[in-house]
Amino acid sequence: MNEAAGTPVLRAQGLRKEYGTGDGLVRAVDGVDLDVGAGETVAIMGPSGCGKSTLLHLLGGLDRPSAGEVSLNGRRIDDISEKALARMRRTDVGFVFQSFHLMAELTAVENVELPALLAGRSPRAARRRAEELLEQVELGGRAGFLPSALSGGQRQRVAVARALSNEPLLVLADEPTGNLDSAATLDVLQLFEGLHKSGLTLVIVTHDARIAATSDRMISMRDGAFVDETRLSGGTTGQLGALVGLADLATEE
Amino acid sequence: MGRILLVGRLAVRDLRRRRTEAALLLIAILAATTTLTLGLVVRDAASDPYESTRAATKGPDVVAGTGPFAGLADLEKLATASGVTEHSGPYPAIAGKLEASGRTSDVQVQGRDTAIAAVDQPEVTQGSWVSDGGVVLEAAFANSLAVRVGDRVTLGGTSWQVVGLAVTAAMPPYPGTTCIVSAGCVNGAVPTDRDLAPGFLHNPGLVWLTQPDVRSLAPAPDSMSYVLNLKLADPDEAEAFVDANSAVMMRMQTWQSILAEATELARDAQILLLIGAWLLGLLAVASLAVLVGGRMADQTRRVGLLKAVGGTPGLVAAVLLAEYLLVAVVAAAAGLAIGALTAPLLTESSAGLVGSAGTPSLTWSTVALVTAVALGVAVLATAVPALRGARSSTVSALADAARTPRRTGWLIALSTRLPVPVLLALRVAGRRPRRVVLAVVSIAVTVSGIYLLLVLNTFLGEQAGARGYSEAQVTVLRHVLGVWTVILLALAAVNAVVIAWATVLDNRHSSALARALGATPREVTVALATAQVLPALVGAVLGVFPGGYLLFAAIIAITDGDRTKATLPVPWQLIALILATVLAVAALTAVPARLGGRRPVTETLRAELA
Repeated sequence: MNEAAGTPVLRAQGLRKEYGTGDGLVRAVDGVDLDVGAGETVAIMGPSGCGKSTLLHLLGGLDRPSAGEVSLNGRRIDDISEKALARMRRTDVGFVFQSFHLMAELTAVENVELPALLAGRSPRAARRRAEELLEQVELGGRAGFLPSALSGGQRQRVAVARALSNEPLLVLADEPTGNLDSAATLDVLQLFEGLHKSGLTLVIVTHDARIAATSDRMISMRDGAFVDETRLSGGTTGQLGALVGLADLATEE
Repeated sequence: MGRILLVGRLAVRDLRRRRTEAALLLIAILAATTTLTLGLVVRDAASDPYESTRAATKGPDVVAGTGPFAGLADLEKLATASGVTEHSGPYPAIAGKLEASGRTSDVQVQGRDTAIAAVDQPEVTQGSWVSDGGVVLEAAFANSLAVRVGDRVTLGGTSWQVVGLAVTAAMPPYPGTTCIVSAGCVNGAVPTDRDLAPGFLHNPGLVWLTQPDVRSLAPAPDSMSYVLNLKLADPDEAEAFVDANSAVMMRMQTWQSILAEATELARDAQILLLIGAWLLGLLAVASLAVLVGGRMADQTRRVGLLKAVGGTPGLVAAVLLAEYLLVAVVAAAAGLAIGALTAPLLTESSAGLVGSAGTPSLTWSTVALVTAVALGVAVLATAVPALRGARSSTVSALADAARTPRRTGWLIALSTRLPVPVLLALRVAGRRPRRVVLAVVSIAVTVSGIYLLLVLNTFLGEQAGARGYSEAQVTVLRHVLGVWTVILLALAAVNAVVIAWATVLDNRHSSALARALGATPREVTVALATAQVLPALVGAVLGVFPGGYLLFAAIIAITDGDRTKATLPVPWQLIALILATVLAVAALTAVPARLGGRRPVTETLRAELA
């Protein structure tokens, strides 16, 4: 795989994740090497069941690899304790999930402030930051709404705001538009484009070509391994975006 | 028929699939049915043996005895009074001391004929009736001395052979025997600050000799007392007969008052057991509600599948209800069996009555009541969730949509100011307020029960004499309290574990999400445990006051007792009780909480949808 420009924020080497034994052995991730530089957006594409989500969980320290190494900002995270992993996730990594995973009983602003509270920030600072983030994702007027009162796209924007709560080094997004309709997808795409432009490091797992088109690099994955990589010129919603229909959607909006 | 078979088969399959939950459910209902059975069987034992003894021994309707102002002539006149149909006696009676098995006991010795009497012919349970040189002991008295037929005992300085053991309905069994000698008797413990008057008999037993043998033991003819047994034309008018013939100051006792004294202990035990049964019933309902609620959340998908393949809401409700009714029937049967088998341990002091020495029999009314309570508890706890499940949309059920948690805004706002484990704990508690209420009620009921046990234990230990309990009676009542304690604590422990498991399972998603967002496994574990301990603390405090205090007041009201005779627990005991409860709950919930805090995050997040 190509080296990312500058010091990699995220590095994976020989990463493997296996389930089962003997004849039932399944290699969900099979020898993946990946470097992601600061400010880079990498899209990982592939069919369902190819191991994309498992890879993302390994990269974010939600799961442990069977073999290989993962480093975040130069520090190995595959062999540290659960407690250290949790602390790492709370400060260095933000997650965005396909099914949002918002706490149903918390309002939008309470969901967004939760990681900051878990990190020990004062309630006031956590709330201020959450309100700022909701403004950024254009949901300032819906801060007091429960997830059930928000549309799919709005929920995902709340989830993105939550991922940014502790100003992480890296945001990992797992099929962030997988549960959204076209209009909501466009909202989220524009949001990710904004994050990209702001210099945030992003790894997005998706099977949606439109979201991959916003990235710097697009990696294809099949049967647990990387099979192809395309470097896009700094990420675009221009020509490639038009090719996949993003521009049309933007016009329709 | 096919439909019933289908419902039964589906219910059995699901129970087998969830064996642990089925076992917990069974234990919860079993504890309640066992205690209820004990209460009801002991109640039957409290009255039936006396009735059967009265029938078997031609029990008298009135027992009269000579006293300071009534002599033998007065008794003989009473035998021919209006309303009397038959009589036996007057029989001579003297006070004495009996040595047996290395122990000396006070006794009342009654002289009887070897021939069968028309009224009060004691029923021989072992050996034979009196003969010259042979003594017959009242069965409960012999039981307490461990004396058997063929043993030798010393009475009035002479050795006698025990030729038989017998029961009578003319007086309550040992140690509640009525005084028939002029010396006077005291039953129960004697307070240490009081001396017994000289000549008084303390907890006397009853023995029978032939009349010549009694006369040979009497130091002087005028030292003898006499007893007359009367049968009346209308036994229900015994009180009226006593009132009508009370001109002469004669000792007279009706069969109703003997019945009341004979069964007093069993009645006290029964009150304790029935109150225990109610408390345990409440705990069982709390357990069931949590178990069923937890299962319903898990069964949503199953409901969806049943409905998707054509099951009507009625069929779905029937399957769910059938599962619990099946468990309830098994629990009722087992509770009836265990209750009936253990009841003799609590009624052994009634050995002085016919029919009480063996297993107290189950009556149809007891069987029906216990079964109805078990089924009622199951229906009560399952009806609402079963109907809710059956009516839910098939699509949402198939999608396994989790029950929406409650939002408790003030608790969420308050929690932001607290350390992470408490923050998460309060939010866990706030998601399911009804479960928290159940946990509080469960602990409050348990602690109220323990409060009462402390009071009763102290009462039995220190004030045994206040209600005339002997050591043997105290032992019996302690057995009752012991049974109570074991079942109460066992069910409370099951409840705590069940509630903790339900909480852990219900919070799988939020726990995994909290960890994905940076909470450590330890923080999540402590949060899940704290979410159990906080309601336990509230429950323990409420269980002490007002719970325990009100329960004690209820017992005093039911038993018409004197609250000044009971010592209430002192503050340090109550604080220790609260702390012990909290620690016990923390220990019981530690394992589920630990497992819940360490469950792999990705598995849960993959499986659950927000």
